[in-house]
Amino acid sequence: MGVAELISHPPLIEGEKTLQQVSAEIGAAAERKPTWLWWLAFLMSSGTLLVGAAAVAYEFSLGVGTWGVNSTVGWAFAITNFVFWIGIGHAGTFISAILYLFRQKWRTSVNRSAEAMTLFAVACAGVFPIIHLGRPWLFFWLIPYPNTRGSLWVNFRSPLVWDFFAISTYFTISLTFWYVGLIPDLATLRDRCRRRVRGWFYRFFSLGWDGSYRTWQRYETVYMLLAGLATPLVVSVHTIVSWDFATSILPGWHSTIFPPYFVAGAIFSGFAMVLTLMIIVRRAMHLESYITLRHIELMCKLVILTGGIVGLSYGIEVFIALYSGDPYEQYAFVNRAAGALAWAYWITVGCNVLTPQLLWFKKLRTSLKAVFAISILINIGMWFERFVIVVTSLERDFLPSSWAWFSPTRIDVAILAGSFGLFFTLFLLFCRFVPVISIADVKGVLTYGRTSKEVSA
Amino acid sequence: MSRRLFYAAFEHEQDALGATTAARQHGFKIVDVYAPYAVHGMEEAMALAPSKLPWVCFALGLIGALLKVWFEYWTTWIAWPLNVGGKPWDSLPAFVPVTFEVMVFLAGVSTVIAFFIVARLGPGKKAALPMPRVTDDRFLLVLEETDAAFDAAKVSSLFRQFHAVQVDERVGEAA
Repeated sequence: MGVAELISHPPLIEGEKTLQQVSAEIGAAAERKPTWLWWLAFLMSSGTLLVGAAAVAYEFSLGVGTWGVNSTVGWAFAITNFVFWIGIGHAGTFISAILYLFRQKWRTSVNRSAEAMTLFAVACAGVFPIIHLGRPWLFFWLIPYPNTRGSLWVNFRSPLVWDFFAISTYFTISLTFWYVGLIPDLATLRDRCRRRVRGWFYRFFSLGWDGSYRTWQRYETVYMLLAGLATPLVVSVHTIVSWDFATSILPGWHSTIFPPYFVAGAIFSGFAMVLTLMIIVRRAMHLESYITLRHIELMCKLVILTGGIVGLSYGIEVFIALYSGDPYEQYAFVNRAAGALAWAYWITVGCNVLTPQLLWFKKLRTSLKAVFAISILINIGMWFERFVIVVTSLERDFLPSSWAWFSPTRIDVAILAGSFGLFFTLFLLFCRFVPVISIADVKGVLTYGRTSKEVSA
Repeated sequence: MSRRLFYAAFEHEQDALGATTAARQHGFKIVDVYAPYAVHGMEEAMALAPSKLPWVCFALGLIGALLKVWFEYWTTWIAWPLNVGGKPWDSLPAFVPVTFEVMVFLAGVSTVIAFFIVARLGPGKKAALPMPRVTDDRFLLVLEETDAAFDAAKVSSLFRQFHAVQVDERVGEAA
């Protein structure tokens, strides 16, 4: 027995599946009638979405004064939610682009739903800066177009303008990437479909795909190019988000560590959300043989890695602050750990630094219940991380005369809940109409008609 | 123009790859291969030239970046010079993030549009499948019978070695 055989992994997809079986099993999830569980989840999430929409309507009619923000703490829940959701999106692009460039074949089972998660998370994130505007209906003033105000142009030196460009590019490229990957699968479903309206939908969006290899070759080239573009893009997006804070002079924000710290945190939180979703999806849609324990375990390992980077960043941040000799900077960090919001800070540290360490144990890493619980805790922790960064620094700036407190209103909470409603509503619709696993990609990593060496990676 | 086409269907990618390589070595004209997924190594088997789409991506990315840099200088320095916080007129470092985003946007979107154009894909276009199962579990090799010397029986027996499940001759308007 050679060394290569000794270290070769078990196949990615469990069971000896034929090509037709793959189309049928993944397609079936989108083709069969939704279960009562789906309807229940859909009603709950769209109900929450409606509550959020009502809260936004109320806020639009009266202004941002309906939130708990004040002239000292001008940014609070909305910006926290924005950074949280953008971060969630990053794992999707990481799986679809970076793991693609690294030829990680296991990504094929999770890339489709992770990319969908990215899209929906970015959609949720995009809502917050807009509803935070004084006159949200004028949000298009962010676009530099010739106008009757002079032409008055946007300030290209402002990180908030960079952010607008970063988020809109990120959404467009993620949508394009996701859709291009979807075309062959839509064609597969089109050719299986016996229903009229659905058939029309698949025919329209599959663009006349016929499986010609000349097209496949171009498709592969385009996919590679998009992956190559999305990789630096995903790093740039959270870097720019971190600059929203780091280019100000506020203690606790004005820090060069922010870009790598934010990017690692984003991928970390995103993987937690991917795990939460995948554990539900594989069970609810009977896809256990496609999204296997091995996939869950590999993602857990990435959580340990990115969680380690996040923990290290927390440590360095505190060390540099205390070492800086700058009393304002020192106070900002003492205040975080021992001030009025210390509980939020220690939730952050507990959930993001301590909890992922449990994943070092193989027993926990392969226990779905444990991984699910840990992924939820990380989601909570990462929301609180952003809350602590945004609010504690603003509450206690240079002048004690301008210090203030923040406490959220019911509208703040309703809009946060509404964003989860929007996210899950979109995700449930996605599961209902589109194959949640890339059929064509999975066919490429089957054991069917291959030796085991070719498929293990 | 109508031409005589020869179809051979396979169940496994190895067979499709082997048959395609053999067809090329025998000097047959390969019209296309249809497959349910991107078969690794088929490019070499068909001897396809690499796609030129990366050039579209590069050119449009470069144009996007250059135009954006020019636009940022023009708007903030010439069209309406606005001094914000005493920052210098020549703020190239501050212009980099938006330039990067615009470059990625233009390069990505235009590459996909170019792909749709060259591959003749478009919304609502009717797919002309040469065989119903090519988007599911069949691999199909399509050859053109270029001259009278093309012996269909001989070619069929060649493909039988590669476990062809179906061979077929048709007159068609293949692309």
